[in-house]
Amino acid sequence: MSNMNGVSTLSEASTTTDVLISARGVRKSFGQTEALRGIDLDIRRGEVLAVMGPSGSGKSTLLHCLAGVIVPDAGTVTIGDTVVSGLDEPGRARLRLTELGFVFQFGQLLPDLTALDNVSIPLLLAGMKRRDALGIARDWLGRLGLTGLGRKLPGELSGGEAQRVAIARALAPAPKVLFADEPTGSLDSLASENVMSMLLGLVRESGTTVVIITHDPRTAAYADREIIVRDGTLSGVAGVQ
Amino acid sequence: MNNSLTLLGLLSLEPSYGYDLKHSYDRYFGSRKPLAFGQVYATLARMIRDGFILAAGDEAGGGPDRKKYEILPEGRAHLEKWMFTPDVPSESLQSNLFAKTVVALLLDDDANRLLDIQRSEHMARMRELTKLKQNAALLEVLMYDHALFHIEADLRWIDLTSARLGELKASL
Repeated sequence: MSNMNGVSTLSEASTTTDVLISARGVRKSFGQTEALRGIDLDIRRGEVLAVMGPSGSGKSTLLHCLAGVIVPDAGTVTIGDTVVSGLDEPGRARLRLTELGFVFQFGQLLPDLTALDNVSIPLLLAGMKRRDALGIARDWLGRLGLTGLGRKLPGELSGGEAQRVAIARALAPAPKVLFADEPTGSLDSLASENVMSMLLGLVRESGTTVVIITHDPRTAAYADREIIVRDGTLSGVAGVQ
Repeated sequence: MNNSLTLLGLLSLEPSYGYDLKHSYDRYFGSRKPLAFGQVYATLARMIRDGFILAAGDEAGGGPDRKKYEILPEGRAHLEKWMFTPDVPSESLQSNLFAKTVVALLLDDDANRLLDIQRSEHMARMRELTKLKQNAALLEVLMYDHALFHIEADLRWIDLTSARLGELKASL
């Protein structure tokens, strides 16, 4: 199958198993440090999973391996029928652009572009015409309660507004999976709650699978399930159910 | 805190006299509220009746006691069940969880596991409360927030304790 701009997309063949993302025996070291020491994890289609654990436990490395940002030293990561860990860098870049969305702690919006342009960027990069991209971007800003703020630069927005722009940017291309690394880490309690309620409302509607790294139990409580990463392994509730 | 189960935990370490048990209890759990001797012996009598311990020997210990108490397999099973069954998340820090953690460390049992089990239970309750908040009126939201923040405080204690287990083990 193909998405809006003709790039081949993840197969839907694995719907029978209901597992969209699967990691088996994933290991990753940086120099002498073993960041991941054999992770087995299944994430169901449409599931919202919180990844928790102490600082330096390997949470971000796990997310980067699942999202094809880095390649594990051993083990496999699959999303649908795509063996992410087997793709070369251009293949992984294409996958990230067309199938995956990302939200980071500080939004990481491009500071010289308006909110509207920031949201339209991934659509333009995927080959969409500017006019269509701006239309979709405007729609997503509206869904996140940001109507009227499209012309603002990131520096003119509050932390919560900027993070909602980042979410609009991540969701606008209709990704299969949204990866969020501490999406509420820089926000106060009320802004965190607004961001999480809106994010969850939207992904539940679209059936998007979400992986959220968070230290914050109140953010994790929006998820269907949490896993704990400790010393590069999963502890607590098992990753494979 | 469940005095009976904490005493059972101490007895699981080694057979002990009531007098020594009371002092062990006060050291680990009773710094602010020491246990009365009468309470210790009444609890021990109940545990004998329930088949969790037995009274043996008639040599004098550190105090006036002549009976030494020993845990039975049924008592050990009862203790294990308590340690690894999560408590219902409440809005105040649970002394029971503190007692379980200390007993698990004393017995060289898996304290991390019981903290993980409890964390999972707390997160499940937080998920329930978060769902309830979604369509609630603002006053109800405030009430749920109050519960959520208190449970979160417990979770922070669980995380910090989990990170300190090695150090705690060495200090006991």
